[in-house]
Amino acid sequence: MSDTTATQSFAGHVGYVLRQNPITMIAFGMLAFLLFCAAFGPSLVPYDPLASGAEILEPPSWAHWFGTDHLGRDVFSRVIVATRLDMAISVGAVALSFAAGSVLGCAAGYWGGWLDAVISRGLDMIMAFPLFVLAMGIVAALGNTVENVIYATAVINTPFYARVVRAEVNIRRDAGFVQAAKLAGNSDLRVVALHIFPNALPPMMVQVSLNMGWAVLNAAGLSFIGLGVRPPTPEWGIMVAEGANYIISGEWWLAVFPGLWLMFAVFTFNLLGDGLRDIVDPRQRR
Amino acid sequence: MTDLSRRRLLQTGMVSAAALPFLRVLPAQAQGSDVLVAVNGQTINSLDLHRTGTNRPSYQVAVNCYDRLVSFGTKPSMGGGLEFDYSKVEPELAESWTVSEDGLVLTFTLRDATFQDGSPVTAADVKWSFDRAVSLGGFPAVQMKAGGFTRPDQFAALDDKTFQITLDFPSKLAIPDLAVPIPFVINSTVAMANATEDDPWATEYLHQNTIGSGAFKVARWVPGEQLVYERYDDWASGPTPAYQRVVIREVPSAATRRALIERGDAQLSFNIPSKDALELSEIMDVNSTPIANCINCVGLNTSFEPFQDSDVRKAVAYAIPYEAIFEAAAFGRGAPLWGEETERSDIAWPRRTGYMEDLEKAKEHLAKSGFPDGFEVPFSISLNQLDWMEPTALLIQENLAKIGITVTIDKIPGADWRTASLVEKRLAFHLEGFGGWLDTPDYYFFWAYKDGHLFNSSNYRNEEIEALVDNTLHIPVDHPDYASNVQRMFEIALDELPRIPLWQPALNVALNGATDYEFWFHRQLDVRPVKPA
Amino acid sequence: MSARARLIGARLLQAIPVVIGVVVITFVLTRALPGDPAVYFAGDAADGASIAEVRARLGLDKPLPQQFLAYVRDLVQGDWGDSLSTGQPVLSDLARRLPASLELTLIALLLSCAIAIPLGVMAATKPGSWRDHLCRVLVTAGVSLPTFFTGILLIYIFYYLLAIAPSPLGRLDFLYIEPERVTGFYLIDSAIARDWETFGGAAKQLVLPASTMAIFTLAPIARMTRAAMLQALSSDFIRTARAAGLSRRKILFGYALRNALLPVVTTLGMVFSFALGANVLVEKVFAWPGIGSYAVDALVASDYAAVQGFVLAMALLFVALNLIIDLLYAVIDPRIGFESA
Repeated sequence: MSDTTATQSFAGHVGYVLRQNPITMIAFGMLAFLLFCAAFGPSLVPYDPLASGAEILEPPSWAHWFGTDHLGRDVFSRVIVATRLDMAISVGAVALSFAAGSVLGCAAGYWGGWLDAVISRGLDMIMAFPLFVLAMGIVAALGNTVENVIYATAVINTPFYARVVRAEVNIRRDAGFVQAAKLAGNSDLRVVALHIFPNALPPMMVQVSLNMGWAVLNAAGLSFIGLGVRPPTPEWGIMVAEGANYIISGEWWLAVFPGLWLMFAVFTFNLLGDGLRDIVDPRQRR
Repeated sequence: MTDLSRRRLLQTGMVSAAALPFLRVLPAQAQGSDVLVAVNGQTINSLDLHRTGTNRPSYQVAVNCYDRLVSFGTKPSMGGGLEFDYSKVEPELAESWTVSEDGLVLTFTLRDATFQDGSPVTAADVKWSFDRAVSLGGFPAVQMKAGGFTRPDQFAALDDKTFQITLDFPSKLAIPDLAVPIPFVINSTVAMANATEDDPWATEYLHQNTIGSGAFKVARWVPGEQLVYERYDDWASGPTPAYQRVVIREVPSAATRRALIERGDAQLSFNIPSKDALELSEIMDVNSTPIANCINCVGLNTSFEPFQDSDVRKAVAYAIPYEAIFEAAAFGRGAPLWGEETERSDIAWPRRTGYMEDLEKAKEHLAKSGFPDGFEVPFSISLNQLDWMEPTALLIQENLAKIGITVTIDKIPGADWRTASLVEKRLAFHLEGFGGWLDTPDYYFFWAYKDGHLFNSSNYRNEEIEALVDNTLHIPVDHPDYASNVQRMFEIALDELPRIPLWQPALNVALNGATDYEFWFHRQLDVRPVKPA
Repeated sequence: MSARARLIGARLLQAIPVVIGVVVITFVLTRALPGDPAVYFAGDAADGASIAEVRARLGLDKPLPQQFLAYVRDLVQGDWGDSLSTGQPVLSDLARRLPASLELTLIALLLSCAIAIPLGVMAATKPGSWRDHLCRVLVTAGVSLPTFFTGILLIYIFYYLLAIAPSPLGRLDFLYIEPERVTGFYLIDSAIARDWETFGGAAKQLVLPASTMAIFTLAPIARMTRAAMLQALSSDFIRTARAAGLSRRKILFGYALRNALLPVVTTLGMVFSFALGANVLVEKVFAWPGIGSYAVDALVASDYAAVQGFVLAMALLFVALNLIIDLLYAVIDPRIGFESA
C-alpha cells in the first residue's frame, strides 16, 4: 500500500463523510467561528469586559446586546472575551490527559505484566472516585486557580485515554509489522511510539473532541460551586452560575446568554466528535 | 386509618403530640394558620449549643426551645418591625433579681415554670446548666467569660427558687451576657439520667434532644433537610406563641428560596440576599435591620509593609467607591458609614468615618507615602460570603487601579477563611464583617482592635487603645470616664485606620403570610413572637 | 455456574487494591484541603485554648500516620466517624441520603432510556436521513447544557411561571407524610404501604430533577444505541434473517436490538456511576437531600470523615456496579438467546 493512494483515499473518504453528513460540515464551521472569537474577540468587543458601569442589570438593548450584569459590565463583551480562556482550559486539560494517557496506555499495553497490573489498578482507582468530586477535591487542595482546574480536569480524563491506548497497543504488540520492525533493529520505545501508537490515534481523536466539551462543562460546574477562576476574569461557567441566581428575579439574560454560548461550544465539540467518529470508523465506508 | 381520614384529622388540627411519632412530615397547607414554614440556606448541625462543633444556625434551637434567666426588651426598628433593645434587660425565667452594692453578687428569683416533661424548674437546674456552659470549653466558655463567668464555683443554688452568681469583678457586661443564647437552662435531672462516665454533661443526649422549659420543643430533626418545632403549651416565661408548629426547611439555593417565598409556599425566608430584599419589599413585608454593633470593613494588615504606612492606608480609604459598593453589594440595605462624621460628642457606634471617595486626595496621600508608584497586593475574600465580598472587591480593585495599586482577587474556601483571616491573620488585604453580640462600642473594640484578639485581622496594636479598652470594658456606661474614653478610641481608630468601615450590614427577612418578626443580636430566627398575618 | 463464581471471585480480588487505594488517596486528599477543621468548628469567637481543645477532641493533634491508623482501625470496626457539619455518624447520614440519590439517578436513567433507545433505533434504521440528524442534534444539545442551568431554568418555567410543578423542596412536599422506611426509596416504600397519595407526591417531586438529569444523559445512550444498532444491522445474521423473509419488526427488535443491548448496558453502567457523582449540582438546585450535596458541603467545610465516607461509599458502589454489569452480560448475551431460541 503506497502512501499516496492511502492519503488520497482518506481525503476522498473525508470528503464523502462531509458531503454525506452536512452537520459535520456545519460543526467545522462553528469551530472556526469559536476559534475566531478566541483569537480576535478581545480586540473586537464593544466594551471593556472588566469595566463596571452605571447601567446596572439592564436588559438586552442595542447598546448592550446581551444586557449588563450587577456591576454594569457588558455581558456580550464578557461572553466573547471568555471564549479564549474557556478554550484554553479545555484544550489544556485535554492535551495533558492525552499525553499522560498515551504514555500510561502504551506502557501498560506494550510491556504488560506487573507494569500493566499497576497502571490498570491505578486507573481503576481514579475511575472508582466520583469524578466530579475528585476534581473538586483536587482544586480545593491545590488552590483556586485556572491551572489547577486544568490539572484536575486532566486527571479525571486520563483513564479514558489510557484505556483506549492500552487496548489498541495490546492487540498489536505481537502483530507481524511489529515483529518486522523489531527485527529491523528498532528499539522498543521506537516501535511503540512510531509503529504501534499511531494506530490508536483515530479512536483517541473521537475521545478528544468529546472531552473538550466535557472539560468546559466540568470547569463550569467547578465555578458553580465557587472553585475556579478568579474574579473579575470572565468565564462562561462562572457567569452562568452567578446569573442563575438572577433568573427567578427576572434578569434572565445574565445566565441565558453565557449558557447558550457555553452550550454552543460544547455542542460544537460534540458534533465534531460524532463527525470524526464517522471519518475514522471504517464501518461507515460503504 | 386511611390516608383520607388521616388528612382530614390533620386539617382539623386535632393531632395531639402523642401522634407525633407517626407523623414524620408535618403537612403545612393542610394546617392553615397553625403552621409556619420558614426557609433558610444553612444546616442546623446540633440541638445543643454547648457541644463542640455546633454551628451558628443551630443557635436558634437554644433560643426557641430553652429559657434564659433574662432577656432584652424590644423597640421599633428602623429596618421595619421590632428589634431587641440592649438598654432594657427584662425577666425571662428569672422573675426578679438584685445586684449587691459592690456589683459582685447577683441574686435571681426564679418564676414558677415547668420543664417540658412537667417537672418544675429549680435553681439547681440553673446551676447545673451554668456549670456546663463554662466547663465544656469552646465558644460557649469564651462568651461566658465576656460577662465575667469562668468557674462553676461562681454559681450557687441557695434554695429551689434562688440562684446566685458571684463575680470576680463588677462588670456592666455581666447581666447582658446572661441574655445571650449561651446560658440556657436545661432539665438537669433528665440530662444527668442520660449522662455517662465519659460524657458527664450528656452532650450526646442533648445533641439529639431538647429538654428545656422554652416555648417550643424539637419534634423532628433531619440534618440537611428540616427541623420541626412543636409548641410547649405550658411555657411560663412569655406569651404563648401563635403557631402550633414551625417547620424550618433547609434550601441551599437562594434562587429556590426566593421562588418559595414569592409563591407563598413558605411564610418566612430568613437571611435573604440584599437584592431579593430590595425587590421583594415591593410585594411583601421585608425587614432589613441594620445589625447592631456590626461593620463590614476592609482590613489592612499592618504586618505587611505597604499597610504599615499611614498614608497608604489613608490613600486606600479615599480610593474606595463607598456609594457604588453600598448599591452593588448591599442594594442600599443597611446603614452607610462613610462621609461626614456625625457629632463627635455622641458615642453612637457604628458611625460615619469622615472618609469618602476622593481619588485626588487618595493620590496625594499615596504620593506622600513610601510607595508613590503604587504596589501589588492580593485582596482576599471568602467563598462563603461572595454575595457581598465579590462586588465589593471588584469595585475596590477597579478604583485602586486608578491610583496605581494593582490588586488581584483571591477567593479563599470557607473552611480556610477563619484560619487565614482571624486565627493566623495572614491576609494582607481583605474584607471582614465582625459584629458584637453585646452592644457597646468598647466591646467591639475589645474584639476587633486589641492586639491578638480574634477579630483583629489587621494585627493592629496601639498602646493607648490597649489601655483604653481595658479601662472601659467593664465600667458602667454612666461612669464619668466612659464617654470620653470611647470617643478617644474612635479618634485613634479612625485616624490610624487598620480597618476601613464600609457600611453596617442588614439582616434581611422576608415575610409572606406571617408578621411580628423581631430582630435579635444573635442573628438567628426567634420564632416565638411570629404570628400569622 | 462455577465459571461465573470464579469470575465474580476474580473481580472481587481485583477490586481490593482499588478500594485500598481509594481509602489512602482520600485520606491524603482531605488532609491536603486548606483550612483547619478545628478552627472552623470551634465556633465564632473561639480563642486559642478552645481551638486546641477541639483539635485534641477530633484527634487532629496527632501526627498524620497515627491519624491514618486510627481511621483505618475505626473503619475496620465499621465506624466511619462522625460528620462535623451534620453532627451525625457518617454511616447513618449516608444510609439516609444514598437512597435519595439512587432513586433520583435511577428514575432519571429510566426516563433517559425510554427516550434515548427508541431515538437511537430510529436513527440507526435510516442513517444519514433528516431523522438521524435531528436526533443527533437534539441529544447533543441536551448534553451541552450544564445541569445546574437546566435545573434552574426548569424551576423557573414549570414552578415559578406556570405553577404546574410542585415546590422544589426535596423529596416530598409538606402535604405528604413520609412513608414508613423499608428501602429508603420513597416510591417503593409508599407502594409497599399502599399509600398512593404519597407515591404520587414523591413522583411529582421527582419529575423536574429527574428530567434535568435525563436530558443530560440522553446523548451517550442514544449514541451508543445508534452505533450498536448500525453494527448489528450490518452483520451477517441480520442479512440472513432478511433473506429468510422475517418481518421488519421482528428483525429490528427481536434480533438487532437484542444484539445491540450489550454495549448499551456497558454504557449505561458508566453513565450511571458518572451521573451519581455528577448529580451534585442537580441536588444543590432542587434541595435534594442526596449524597452529592452532602459531599460538596463536607468538602467546603473540610469535614474529613464525611468526605472520606462519601468517597468510600461511591467506590464500593462502583465496584458493585461493575460486578452487576459483568453478570448482566451473561444474562443478555445474545448467543445464549440464540441457542435456546
